[in-house]
Amino acid sequence: MKSTFLALAATVAALVPGLVPDLATNADPVPNQDSARPRAVERLAVRAGLLHTMAGAPIENGVVLVEDGRIAYVGPAANLVLPQGTTVLDAAVAVPGLIDAHTCVGLAGWLNTPHDQDEVDRSAPAQPELRAIDAYDPREPLVAWLRGFGVTTVHTGHAPLALISGQTMVAKTAGDTIEEALVVGEAMVAASLTDEARGPGGPGTRAKALAELRRLLLEGEAHAAAVVKAAETGEEPPARDLRKEALARIASGATPLLVTAQRAHDIANVLRLAREFADVRFVLDGAAEAPLVLDELVAAGLPVVVHPTMYRAGGETKNLSMETPRILVEAGLLVAMQSGYEAYVPRTRVVLFEAAVAARYGLSFEQALALVTRDAARLLGVDARIGTLEVGKDGDIALFDGDPFEYRTHCIGTVIEGRLVSAGERTR
Amino acid sequence: MLQRTTAARAATTTVCLLVALGILRAEEPERPGRAVRAFVGARLVPIASPAIDDGVVLVENGRITAIGARAAVPVPDGADVVDLAGLVLMPGLVCTHSHVGEPFAADGSGPLQPEVSSVDSLDVRSASLARARAGGLTTINAMPGSGHLIGGQTAYLKLKRGGTVEELLYRFDDGAPMGGLKMANGTNPQGDAPFPGTRAKSAALVRERFIAAQRHRALVDAAAADPTKEPPARDLGLEALVEVLEGRRIVHHHTHRHDDIMTVLRLADEFDFRVVLHHVSEGWKVADEIAAAGVPCSVILVDAPGGKLEAQDLSYDTARVLHEAGAAVALHTDDYITDSRLFLRSAGLAVRAGLPEDAALAALTLAGARMLDLDERIGSLEVGKDADFCVLDGDPLSVYTQVQETWVLGERVFDRDDPADRLLAVGGPGAGDERIFTSCCAFVGGGQ
Repeated sequence: MKSTFLALAATVAALVPGLVPDLATNADPVPNQDSARPRAVERLAVRAGLLHTMAGAPIENGVVLVEDGRIAYVGPAANLVLPQGTTVLDAAVAVPGLIDAHTCVGLAGWLNTPHDQDEVDRSAPAQPELRAIDAYDPREPLVAWLRGFGVTTVHTGHAPLALISGQTMVAKTAGDTIEEALVVGEAMVAASLTDEARGPGGPGTRAKALAELRRLLLEGEAHAAAVVKAAETGEEPPARDLRKEALARIASGATPLLVTAQRAHDIANVLRLAREFADVRFVLDGAAEAPLVLDELVAAGLPVVVHPTMYRAGGETKNLSMETPRILVEAGLLVAMQSGYEAYVPRTRVVLFEAAVAARYGLSFEQALALVTRDAARLLGVDARIGTLEVGKDGDIALFDGDPFEYRTHCIGTVIEGRLVSAGERTR
Repeated sequence: MLQRTTAARAATTTVCLLVALGILRAEEPERPGRAVRAFVGARLVPIASPAIDDGVVLVENGRITAIGARAAVPVPDGADVVDLAGLVLMPGLVCTHSHVGEPFAADGSGPLQPEVSSVDSLDVRSASLARARAGGLTTINAMPGSGHLIGGQTAYLKLKRGGTVEELLYRFDDGAPMGGLKMANGTNPQGDAPFPGTRAKSAALVRERFIAAQRHRALVDAAAADPTKEPPARDLGLEALVEVLEGRRIVHHHTHRHDDIMTVLRLADEFDFRVVLHHVSEGWKVADEIAAAGVPCSVILVDAPGGKLEAQDLSYDTARVLHEAGAAVALHTDDYITDSRLFLRSAGLAVRAGLPEDAALAALTLAGARMLDLDERIGSLEVGKDADFCVLDGDPLSVYTQVQETWVLGERVFDRDDPADRLLAVGGPGAGDERIFTSCCAFVGGGQ
């Protein structure tokens, strides 16, 4: 591992134009240089033998310059003279910071003991008012673990263990408090039509689960309508009710409903609900048997946070396929990869590895990488900030010493908003 | 993918010539009508010797009879030729710790159940076994769970396409099934009485039972030496433990924490039993002690530490650190914890953390075979060993490589080009259903 850290060797380059003769000829002016600012601009550049921006073809010998957290330049290294004082990181390959499109880390803790398990409260089967930000531990070791593998953003929250277990959020994997890390406080609400969500304390059958979801969505519609009516008539608005307010946001489409469903008939149930509640923005999660209902799924056009490619095949997922990502992507659906919820060992997966297997099973390298970068950002509605390396976006970058998907490659650095937040993956 | 050319005539003279040249070892008298199968053109990764490009492996009666470069190993006339040009052929993978086929043994009645055998539990028609073949596995140690101090007898299985466990069992020369004894310490076997509540109680219970086994063995020996003495009453549990004391049955010991590992070493030393440490999550903390004890380790690699307290210091480094300390290291799937179809990946991740590549490949094959007392039969490509192969389309340690074929005793048991096999390898609708056993695998070239 020593070579990994040597390769990282963050060097503060004192590059001045005169010392870079070949690079200076076509140099574009560096944007956002403002010598009048009292505080020095924080600049970090990543130079990569191969730069996958995910917003165009990969760039050989490319560079990303980040200024005060935002990307100021992306392009061939030859076209840019790095400003003096720029911290320079070198990598064989650099890609946008990876996005885990669905996990429970930060709520589900690594030790898996009562004090660090906050991913589900079983006092009621449907609790859309539970906020992920009130449970997330930004210093959770598994968050650091993922960050070491280039994951810069997680969509995390309540686990698919109850009919409606609570809210999810989008956060960066750096920051000592959730306030520092947060990107979207209420990203989605997590619902589940899996075996774990049925049984004692919850709906006992599939039909009951659907009936309950319908009732809750109608409750949300009614609350939303009451609020609108009160505003129109000047009458007293309905009393505050966190649960109804959360349901109203789902019913009106303000907050997407993330529904975990693995079996084909459970997916069909999601599609039926989607037809019945046209305003609700459904996102399908898991979808192990999606290939069996592919035409219906494509017709509905639901985005899919697909099961990890290496997810265990058994029970409801007995028919899952390592090719599900390829099948869904080729069908034209918007697809993102998740590490998913793990109840035991390992407590989390790593989306980098799951996307790698998707690349082996039919997706091109960039298609597989899109599952954990560009398309994940689109699915989560945060593509204005992250997912690609483009000027103006967050300077979130993952650095590798080779093909990021290869087993023997290492993540040698993770940059979030222009700061090196991990000096490479850990092995323990 | 395969191209077969079956020549018309028998190859008696050629085989005799090869024997004379010392290329073939004629351990068994040649049987007329038995064909030689020749695996030709692959890059051979023999494990016990350097790789050979464009190699030839000859197989007869399920055993390897010759191996070498194409120029050095003539393909006999009449051989059934399996063309593997452009592919990689390595020994079938050996998983020292697997739960495929549901080999569960001990029940909830008590913490020490050495008399219970996973042979009596295994369902060899399970899709999980077929998926293991799709991962290139040809031998597994089918293990009971870790919820008991002694969880029962394990079964060493050859992953033939058989419909009964009897067909898959490795056997001693006397016909008895080969297997180890599953033991565990740490938190998994702890619970309400009669299960132990502490680590010290766990060790005491084990110690007591092994002392009883020592006494049992002494009584048996005494009766054998003196016809006037009655042998002790039959006790299946103690008899299994006597097999452990005599070295015929190896203890396969689940253990995570550094102090639990040391407890295993202490007990093994005290009762002089042969043991393999399994999982060994904190083995990197006591690597020198493990190496000094000469105890081999079967290591698991998972994507992240944690999931339970004992696994909090689980590390990608464990295999490397143990290897550098001089301990024997194998890898295992612990399927269903990791998927057998991704067993090669464990070696890739171990190399990521610094384990030398040759040690990583040995950890999938020969090192595991040694831990099951099967290294004279499997684990490397050597003359006389079983023709168990894993055929790959590239570098064994690359994520882009897939197992294309798996062969057991010279018969193909997995072929990615076969739609039914491909379904098991990749997944999809129907993959999770029980595999329906059909008669298969006629020896194409041999007319069997």
